[in-house]
Amino acid sequence: MNELEHPTGDPYGAKDGKDLVSGITVFPMEPHVPRKADIDPKAARRAERQVATMFGLSSLMIIAFVVAFVKIPNTSLISIPIIGVVNANHIAIGFTFGLAILLIGIGAIHWAKKLMPDEEVVQARHALTSPDEERKEVESSFKRGAAESGFKERKIIRRSLLGALALFPVPLVVLLRDLGPMPGTRLRETIWDKGIHLVTDATYKKIKASDIPLGGLINAVPENLLEVEHEEENLNQRGKASIIVVRMDPADIVSQQGQDWDYQGVLAFSKICTHLGCPTSLYQQRTHHLLCPCHQSTFDLSDSGNVVFGPAARRMPQLAITVDAEGYLVAQSGFNQPVGPSFWERG
Amino acid sequence: MSTTEESILAPAQTAPATKGGAVAAYIDDRLASASFTKRLLDKVFPDHWSFMLGEIALYSFIILLLSGTYLTLWFNPSMTEVIYNGSYVPLKGVKMSEAYSSTLAISFDVRGGLLMRQIHHWAALFFVAAVSVHLLRVFFTGAFRKPREINWVIGTLLLVLALLEGFAGYSLPDDLLSGTGLRIAEGIIQAIPLVGTYVAMFLFGGEFPGTDFMPRLYSIHILLIPGILLGLITVHLIMVFYQKHTQFPGPGRTESNVVGFRLFPIYMAKAGGFFFVVFGITVLIAALVTINPVWMYGPYTPSQVTAGSQPDWYIGWLDGAVRLTPNWETSILGHTLSWNILIPALIVPGIMFTALGLYPWIEAWATGDKREHHLLDRPRNAPTRTALGVMSLVFYMILVISGGNDVIAVAFNLSINQITWGFRVLLFVAPPLAFVITKRICLGLQRSDNNKLLHGYETGRILRLPSGEFLEIHEPIGEAERAKLLAKADVIPLELPSAVDENGVRNPKAAKSIARAKLSQWFYSDVIPTPTDAELREAAHHAEHELHQAQSHLKEIESH
Amino acid sequence: MALNRRHPAALFAVLVVGLGTTGAAYAAVSAQTAPKAAVRTETQVEQGKQLFLEGCSSCHGLAAQGGSDGPSLIGVGSAAVDFQVSTGRMPLAAPGVQAMPKTPSYNEAETAALAAFVATLAPGPAIPTEEMLNTSNAEVALGGELFRTNCAQCHGANGVGGALSQGRVAPSLMGSDAKTIYEAMVSGPQSMPVFANSTLSIEDKQGIIRYIQELQKNESPGGFSLGRLGPVTEGLFIFIAGLGALIIAAVWIGAKAK
Repeated sequence: MNELEHPTGDPYGAKDGKDLVSGITVFPMEPHVPRKADIDPKAARRAERQVATMFGLSSLMIIAFVVAFVKIPNTSLISIPIIGVVNANHIAIGFTFGLAILLIGIGAIHWAKKLMPDEEVVQARHALTSPDEERKEVESSFKRGAAESGFKERKIIRRSLLGALALFPVPLVVLLRDLGPMPGTRLRETIWDKGIHLVTDATYKKIKASDIPLGGLINAVPENLLEVEHEEENLNQRGKASIIVVRMDPADIVSQQGQDWDYQGVLAFSKICTHLGCPTSLYQQRTHHLLCPCHQSTFDLSDSGNVVFGPAARRMPQLAITVDAEGYLVAQSGFNQPVGPSFWERG
Repeated sequence: MSTTEESILAPAQTAPATKGGAVAAYIDDRLASASFTKRLLDKVFPDHWSFMLGEIALYSFIILLLSGTYLTLWFNPSMTEVIYNGSYVPLKGVKMSEAYSSTLAISFDVRGGLLMRQIHHWAALFFVAAVSVHLLRVFFTGAFRKPREINWVIGTLLLVLALLEGFAGYSLPDDLLSGTGLRIAEGIIQAIPLVGTYVAMFLFGGEFPGTDFMPRLYSIHILLIPGILLGLITVHLIMVFYQKHTQFPGPGRTESNVVGFRLFPIYMAKAGGFFFVVFGITVLIAALVTINPVWMYGPYTPSQVTAGSQPDWYIGWLDGAVRLTPNWETSILGHTLSWNILIPALIVPGIMFTALGLYPWIEAWATGDKREHHLLDRPRNAPTRTALGVMSLVFYMILVISGGNDVIAVAFNLSINQITWGFRVLLFVAPPLAFVITKRICLGLQRSDNNKLLHGYETGRILRLPSGEFLEIHEPIGEAERAKLLAKADVIPLELPSAVDENGVRNPKAAKSIARAKLSQWFYSDVIPTPTDAELREAAHHAEHELHQAQSHLKEIESH
Repeated sequence: MALNRRHPAALFAVLVVGLGTTGAAYAAVSAQTAPKAAVRTETQVEQGKQLFLEGCSSCHGLAAQGGSDGPSLIGVGSAAVDFQVSTGRMPLAAPGVQAMPKTPSYNEAETAALAAFVATLAPGPAIPTEEMLNTSNAEVALGGELFRTNCAQCHGANGVGGALSQGRVAPSLMGSDAKTIYEAMVSGPQSMPVFANSTLSIEDKQGIIRYIQELQKNESPGGFSLGRLGPVTEGLFIFIAGLGALIIAAVWIGAKAK
């Protein structure tokens, strides 16, 4: 059954039919049952042919892969039942490549299962613990080294070294300083200010209050966002200053964050969720609820933007708006609170 | 190595007979690797399908390295704005980052690029899935016990790193989904007390999104984390090799041996073949099923979002936890503590991973079991552990499912508010229930195992004896089955120490050991002892008698 | 995992068949509604009024002034009527959180008559003309930008719809024709806000419609789209089909050969 002897003498490391370590009953291994291929040369030859066929097919698939890669344009689409309209080159090279690899694997496993010896082998485990003497030797080696170094006795060296080592990582941390600026008041400020026009996002057109129908929603940004030319700054400001503008029947407005912050039922709110900063503009005009698609925080825009559901703790900041002489919407002032997620210093 | 007194440096060698021998000799002359190579080739590994789950993870990692290297040839992790002018018409003329436009180029303009991207992403999902399922196998079979605790901790670290690595990869294409994920991550960092805003500013090089983070994340994704992963995986494997694999109980299997097949040639072929199977299936899936079609989501800008914003499945539990937590926030002395973020995103995961990593020591401490274990537990034979595992799994699964509550709402026509409330309740009700049910099932299975040992299988053949008595014929179970069922070491809970010493003085240190003993008794409560040898003999005798009775009765019928 | 115990191919097949039939159903629905500009005549208005009194007034009131069961229709315009009636949302089958599309109860002429009647009550957004729906010159890229800014938050960047509060949904746009999309934008049905032409111009709307039509081609270069539901179905797939297949392979490797 096996030629690997167990050091205990018993083939399984057992005594009186019981495991020496755990004491459970040990049964002898079951006799090996020969496979068809072990006794029937025909079956063995058949298995051999099967394995060779798989390896052979794999080579063919690789050739097909190269042909497909060269011949099928990357832009051609093909409609395949169930899968849909797909890139012909992609699916052809992927299918041939995948199949080629898979066939190698299945062939190798089939070979191992059918033709390689399948008699189980018993191997003894070696002890994971070192003998006592060895452990003692290690201990004495360590003690000798420690004594020779004088680490214990020479207190002044020990302490100054520990001090030096404790400080040694400081430069590694200090060197990270210029990764980014100090927070300062960045998280509290947006580019909104008194008299800044509200413009539609993506098309950047000023918004006439009278153009907004009841139940209307406009995704808007401050007009001066266009003046922020520095790419990075533009993105960062967009991430804070984006707003939504909605119109509801003034009679539906229960409360606002400030007196007369609306203009005839037109209200503007920050678009940045007070929970974790997702743009929140799933405005449901019948209920005046605003839903965040990330974690389902829900704000009631007819009631000061208060949280009515979900994990957000703070109401959605409202932007006080009015109109200019020509009837275009402008901000009365900037936001009176930080927009976006909470942070430690926010208060 | 054999050294003689004549020559220590170059022992006399016979010339190798074959070409292969010559190569081996060449290497051995430089590394003295013969004995190691011999041990390697003869190494025996036990055969069980569940031992291959870790292999899936390993192979997925190799596939990730290969496909990832390929992607780096074209991907450009820059946030510089460009106007897209590639082959995908619906985005032509749109402003986007180079990161996104190079991802589109890989998808549409590089032949085979889309395939590689999809192989990489599917392999990532495979990797974390296989790591998780492998973890479950190791947990439920008790393979983490002494002497394998250190490898369990390495495994836990690998899981954490795999999650980070996956999230970094998900974030790199700079499409609408990945940007939304980063926005959330940045929000979570901001919520950390005291240092949150500073850490966020430093990581992102200023405010979100900035332009610095993408290249930084890229080097973390392709260099730092894969490097650590590779190192830890190597150590993980060396330890499996050195400590030898655990095995399930069965005929011939003991604590001091390994029964299976040698590495060469069987496992070379089987494990090598399995690598090709994993690779082949990953490529076929990547060819036939699309993943993360970034072109549909569009480039990220901080003012856009899509319904159904979800992370990849392995971050789902975190997202789910964040969705379920109520809106708690406190303000103290002008400072904000966002419990709605800290609890689900930092505190709960921190507790979960710490408990996971320390579990081998927690269990060993609670049970007082300090022995080495190389034979695996059948999950039913460790009912408390199995129940704890299922309980944790149910907790985790509820969080994962909550992460997709919006998709569930649409698919099953339910209210998202009700679903969220339902999961909030379930999160606390279902896990304890799962614990109780699992434990009962385990104990039931143990009882049925004992029945099988004592009375054999019920054959379903029923005889009516002349006395009018009915008798079901039982047949004894096979040796292999018997070996499996009997391989259950009886456990001894720690004894409850007395709170006072011999002199009747209260022992102040007793409280701890009493608590420990109580824990041990709880862990081993409801133990169902394995039948003793005497009981088995008695049962065998009884069965023989019954069989004899049945046979004589049958004969009687025949003779009539 | 419990999921893995089932045969992975079976679950995959169920998924495929389910998605396939849904797609086919949508295709069938969208084929029925061809846009046609309505021509309003006196008799049409009269017919519409009759139909309104018979079928709509019980909820919307005899003068369309609205009531407890239905909103006022004064000023909603013909676009709103055409959207609600031609998609089968109105008349409501049963009160619920949201009217869902179904087989229309009125034929094209009747729908046009109803729309014509409601349009006479007060000015409101009108049914678009063929020309307004002509998207051949529309800018698809700008349309995409506008779609992601104004529509994707509810309907999803893939246009397959999404969840709203309290069981309401933003429906999938995969089967909606140009007229329906246009009418929805100008009339703001149910939860949907109104995107009037004054703030989202007709050209902008054409761009959006053009982009949605691009999505409706349902091209998925990378293979089967898994319903375009994103990471949720991708995760399910990797566990059920992917890991399922590999575990079957592992069981095969571990099993003794005969």
